[in-house]
Amino acid sequence: MTILANSLVIFFIAIGTLFIVVTAIGLIRLPDLYTRAHAASKSATLGVMCVLIGVFFHFWLIEGHFNPRILLGVLFLFITGPVGGHIMTRSSYIAGVKPWKGTVRDELGPEIERMKKEQNIK
Amino acid sequence: MTIFIIAIIVVICLSMIGVIYRMIKGPAASDRVVALDSLGVSLISLIGLFSILVETSFFLEIILLLAILSFIGTVAFSKFIEKGDILKRDNSR
Repeated sequence: MTILANSLVIFFIAIGTLFIVVTAIGLIRLPDLYTRAHAASKSATLGVMCVLIGVFFHFWLIEGHFNPRILLGVLFLFITGPVGGHIMTRSSYIAGVKPWKGTVRDELGPEIERMKKEQNIK
Repeated sequence: MTIFIIAIIVVICLSMIGVIYRMIKGPAASDRVVALDSLGVSLISLIGLFSILVETSFFLEIILLLAILSFIGTVAFSKFIEKGDILKRDNSR
């Protein structure tokens, strides 16, 4: 039984570490802000969720006490990680950070122009 | 198990060095904020792994605190980059 619990913990922590390494590679290699923010928000959130679930299984199955604070942390990270990334990219688009020259669709630009025209800003 | 946890901690520290490279070099200020958010997230997983390594559960309350602090930092920096001031006084009436 201990071997089964250990293999479960090792599986979750290895998957999470793989996603955190993918986050670092994406932050170094990708060309502009928006793709980098995409890599950071989605992949880092999934990685830290898997690592925390592994830590939760370790404390539950091996040490023997159920620890709901880790589940609360997983829920909080699941909500706030993509929301933080979305707020960051939207504010940097409004502040005027240019996309990469290989970007083929830009649907936020005409929408922001229309909102400015409705609200009579400039 | 201990050797596996130490190896995982070394790998996460190497990926944090990569994130710190982007935080120093990043062309815009938004790059630095995105890298800072990702750094906080990898620090949270590092705290979980250290609490497995030293076999105590007293460190696990820091996880919620760091998650809340990282989210508030991201929202405050994005409001600062968007408008230049954090709280608008005109629209809040």
